[in-house]
Amino acid sequence: MSGKLRRFPGGLHLDGHKTESTQCAVQRARLPRRLILPLHQHIGAEAKSVVMAGERVLKGQMIARAEGYVSAPVHAPSSGTVVEIGDRPVPHPSGLSAPCIVIETDGTEQWCERHPVQDYITQDPSHLRNLIREAGIVGLGGAGFPSFIKLNPLGKTVDTLILNAAECEPYITCDDMLMRERAAEIIHGIQIMRHALHAAHCIIGIEDNKPEARAALVRALQELHIDGIQVTQVPTRYPAGGEKQLIHVLTGKEVPSNGLPVHIGIVCHNVATAAAIYRAVQHGEPLISRYVTVTGSGVPEPRNLEVLFGTPMAELLEQCGADPASVERLVMGGPMMGFGVHMPGVPVVKTTNCLLADRHLPAAPAAMPCIRCGACAEACPANLLPQQLYWHAHAGEFDKAQNYNLFDCIECGCCAAVCPSHIPLVQYYRYAKGEIWTREREKQKADVARERHEFRLARLAQDKAEREARHAQKKAELAGKTAPHETTSH
Amino acid sequence: MLSAIIAFTALAAVFGLILGFAAIRFRVEGDPLVNKIDALLPQTQCGQCGYPGCRPYATAIASGEADINQCPPGGEAGIIALADLLGRDPKPLNAKHGTLKPKMVAVIDEPLCIGCTLCIQACPVDAILGAAKQMHTVIEQECTGCELCVAPCPVDCIRMEPVQHDIKTWKWQTPLEAAGGHA
Ligand code: SF4
Ligand code: SF4
Ligand code: SF4
Repeated sequence: MSGKLRRFPGGLHLDGHKTESTQCAVQRARLPRRLILPLHQHIGAEAKSVVMAGERVLKGQMIARAEGYVSAPVHAPSSGTVVEIGDRPVPHPSGLSAPCIVIETDGTEQWCERHPVQDYITQDPSHLRNLIREAGIVGLGGAGFPSFIKLNPLGKTVDTLILNAAECEPYITCDDMLMRERAAEIIHGIQIMRHALHAAHCIIGIEDNKPEARAALVRALQELHIDGIQVTQVPTRYPAGGEKQLIHVLTGKEVPSNGLPVHIGIVCHNVATAAAIYRAVQHGEPLISRYVTVTGSGVPEPRNLEVLFGTPMAELLEQCGADPASVERLVMGGPMMGFGVHMPGVPVVKTTNCLLADRHLPAAPAAMPCIRCGACAEACPANLLPQQLYWHAHAGEFDKAQNYNLFDCIECGCCAAVCPSHIPLVQYYRYAKGEIWTREREKQKADVARERHEFRLARLAQDKAEREARHAQKKAELAGKTAPHETTSH
Repeated sequence: MLSAIIAFTALAAVFGLILGFAAIRFRVEGDPLVNKIDALLPQTQCGQCGYPGCRPYATAIASGEADINQCPPGGEAGIIALADLLGRDPKPLNAKHGTLKPKMVAVIDEPLCIGCTLCIQACPVDAILGAAKQMHTVIEQECTGCELCVAPCPVDCIRMEPVQHDIKTWKWQTPLEAAGGHA
């Protein structure tokens, strides 16, 4: 299994800015007075609230259930009282509000009843998947896709389970710190994943700028006497942690365009997800907290905090010595793929890996016309032609952009970072993707409207036919009434 | 009591069958070109094109009676799609038929509604719920924003409101729009 490493195309060497936030041990964030829990913290359908305002809830109690297959429940991160269910600002690039459950904490941290499973190895994988689903676990590396789905081999043979520990984006160190401090939990979680997937091989892919984390993983593997998990260092080059990029580097295999890794026998999970799965299965604890990196030029004491979901971001900034009012720009995620948060009062959610707070922002240089230098294509790790995508997105020719594999773009931002004309390329791709999705939605809505309209026309025609039939019948009856007279007269 | 329930259930079943049958029977199979054109029209069923709905307009385009630039809700994108399909040159929207407006949804000021049912009769997609002398309400999901219910209301209690964006329908703007300009 120890093959040589490949190289993915493009990519960038970026300033890591990681040491700032790895100087001190991870601390628990202070328990806030109010926790604000969005019902939609994952990819898929919004969860549905199962509590009412005024209800007392316990730590770990499910407060919103999954709605449909691709969805995830939400749990109370601490004990207290539900004080409100309604729209609140959430961390989202739109700055809009969305349905949230607000809990006023009581400070007792009283747990609900937990059902740990000690001997997971004797459990049926589908039972484990169910536990993981009920625990609300979603991918903690980025997008928040419900993890139980990616633990179902769906009849395919999974050759390799890859654990993504690359954490390639600058400033973000939450996975690094988790590996240093909770390596054993990660390894236990990986064992559960291997069991669920029947994966033959298992590789943890970690960038070579995290020697302490790597050492901690290797030590944990030795202490736990676990074989079959290989820790492989990959060169530090952004975006080595992109799923397709990491798979390529570690195995040499290419995930086909529009395809999933499982189609080539590979499943990829984040290391933090593995730790969450361990806590869910062996401690019966649902996903209610995570490590969050709080860093950036506006943060005097950058560090990682263990944060309950629903904690307002402003409180984390304060705990790290920052004054939220003096922060000029707050980004959720890293500098390359994160998005601006409009107000610091929004809560930390399952996909919040990092808060990047900057005090002074250099003005963005003005965009100039594209000079077709091709630098973007050289930097693109997905083998795309960014300038073509840009031309077509700019011109509103979305089908052409799609023909250039727009949807293979991982929005890593390498192209925009090297563009000498400072064109905000990724924004154009997001715009084009959004337009395509909107049109798809509108088309579906139009199809429904067409059907309803045709149905209405049919109904009106039917009504008319019935009316006419009634008239005809009445006429016939009238005719019938006069007819007997005639017969009797004979 | 029981017999009444049975009778109603039976009636409902019969009507269901009739309607279902009617839907199949009256489904416009017809000309494949008309179907293709109809598939590109927005199905707002507003009549601004000068025809009593999208499908009649599609039929008129197919027969050469109508031009491809008469549908305001379809906007420029709709005209381009039609031009592509028919191998013609796109042209600007014919302003005689109206202009492209942001997506709207009808809202009934419910306390004012007198339950006259005129709006129900006007709605091309049965998106209004209500019965005689009962307050009426719009099923927001199904409303196409055609505005056909507004004029018939004798007490002017229906107004059109722009569709509110929520997180699910929100989309990224172009960098130009985001910078304050309009693309
Ligand atoms: S890097 Fe910028 S200027 Fe060069 S080709 Fe790409 S988009 Fe054009
Ligand atoms: S943002 Fe998209 S197009 Fe640009 S380099 Fe990354 S993958 Fe390629
Ligand atoms: S103008 Fe209205 S009725 Fe005519 S095609 Fe467009 S949406 Fe349909």
